[in-house]
Amino acid sequence: MELLLQQVMAGLANGAIYACMALAVVMIYQAIDHLNFAQGEMAMFSTFIAWQLMAWGLPYWVAFMLAVVASFAAGVLIDRVLFRPVQKAPILSQVVAFIALFSILNSSAGQIWDYTVKSFPTPFGHKPMFGSTLIDTHEAAMIGVTLGMLALLYLFFRGTRLGLAMRAAAANPESARLVGIRVGWMTALGWGMAAAIGAVAGMLIAPIVFLEPNMMLGVLLYGFAGAVLGGLTSPAGAVAGGFAVGIIENLAGTFIPYVGRELKLTIALIVIVIVLMFRPTGMFGRRVVSRV
Amino acid sequence: MLLEVSGLDAFYGQNQALYGVGFSVDEGQVRTLLGANGAGKTTVLRAICGMVRVGGAVRFDGRQIAGWATEDVVRLGVAHVPEGRGTFLRLSVEENLQLGAMTRRDKTAIAADIEQVYANFPRLRERRSQQAGTLSGGEQQMLAVGRALMLRPRLLLLDEPSFGLAPLIVEELFAILRRINAETGVAMLIVEQNAALALELAEHAYLLETGRVVMDAPAAVVGADESIRRAYLGY
Repeated sequence: MELLLQQVMAGLANGAIYACMALAVVMIYQAIDHLNFAQGEMAMFSTFIAWQLMAWGLPYWVAFMLAVVASFAAGVLIDRVLFRPVQKAPILSQVVAFIALFSILNSSAGQIWDYTVKSFPTPFGHKPMFGSTLIDTHEAAMIGVTLGMLALLYLFFRGTRLGLAMRAAAANPESARLVGIRVGWMTALGWGMAAAIGAVAGMLIAPIVFLEPNMMLGVLLYGFAGAVLGGLTSPAGAVAGGFAVGIIENLAGTFIPYVGRELKLTIALIVIVIVLMFRPTGMFGRRVVSRV
Repeated sequence: MLLEVSGLDAFYGQNQALYGVGFSVDEGQVRTLLGANGAGKTTVLRAICGMVRVGGAVRFDGRQIAGWATEDVVRLGVAHVPEGRGTFLRLSVEENLQLGAMTRRDKTAIAADIEQVYANFPRLRERRSQQAGTLSGGEQQMLAVGRALMLRPRLLLLDEPSFGLAPLIVEELFAILRRINAETGVAMLIVEQNAALALELAEHAYLLETGRVVMDAPAAVVGADESIRRAYLGY
């Protein structure tokens, strides 16, 4: 029982990161109807920027904020420069563009900061939380930050005109143009927000997995699994899915013989396949019905 | 002239849908485009709003707007109720109305205009927080007109407002359109298959056939000419 509880808590902590990435994945999916395979590399690059700023002597929170702002700007830029031109291209061309972005970011990070593993600080420390060893303060902070971001997004989308415009642009671009919404800029804004959310996720996970160009590979896969499980159309679903994947991953790794550490990543793929087979809209997603 | 269209061509890919179409709508006027299915009526409206590739001239308030982006045309005060109504089905009735005023900044006036829409269409007030997708066809059409009015447009483009509605609802809708035109002075260009109804509301009619204007006459003249009615309007 103690072991089960421990694994569930650890799963929740990992799940917070997957939830962050899933949130970023869903933001982009809502804006452009595709998965962004370079999402993880964008987050990794953002984290390196924060690391560099701190290496130059800036305090953690200043570096954190600057990295988030820079990521937002870079997200907008990527949309305008890279994805606007291929917007109407066939899906495979777009996938190739995503993969190109993936390689460019991965290799440039390796070129600039090399492939040695770096440690990344956390302002929350690694002290036991509530005097127990089940979860430490950094892990608790990850969960808190993820839920906080979800709440902010909810307020933004439900409570502001800009949020309403973004929802309208995603739901029905043609009608959105007919009420004067600049749909292209809404897409760019979606990219910026996804990049900023990814940056937060990267900086939260870096203290755990350590900083290096390939740090986000597995994380993004789990993020995809979380987003698919929760439903690609629902931010709250993506967060719930992310947490669920974290827990499933940990429990399977501990209690199913042969899975262990090495095969844990397979769990993410299995989750994706099972969900797509039996409930393609995910737990909280909605079925999109279109009239012919 | 508020809207002056001349020599308008429109294309879907390689296919030309309009050939040198010309017509105009003056400030505060109601005019109608009639014609059979596939004559190009919807395309004319889409061409004005930059939703298809065009050649020729579209002048709004003296400005040449052919080829402009849709959202820029809308910002000049052209509201378009498109084919299929363009409702944001997953959003609430009130959110749909707020979206109509997305280009405006005057909060109190927007709130007042929402009230005005509810006054014109009382059933929308009852359903204000309901998802727009759950409304009946007639209510959705009223919502679409209300959303367009939220722009405070100078020109309202209506694409088959009577489509799929029960006759009684259509009567009601057209009565409201007539009242709105009288009260606010918004000009209207109405595309209709229900020619009798459109000719009642409009002062002037254009008849479209395979992408060309084949007749341009006062509504009363068109309505009175039995051979035109039989040949083109089917009543």
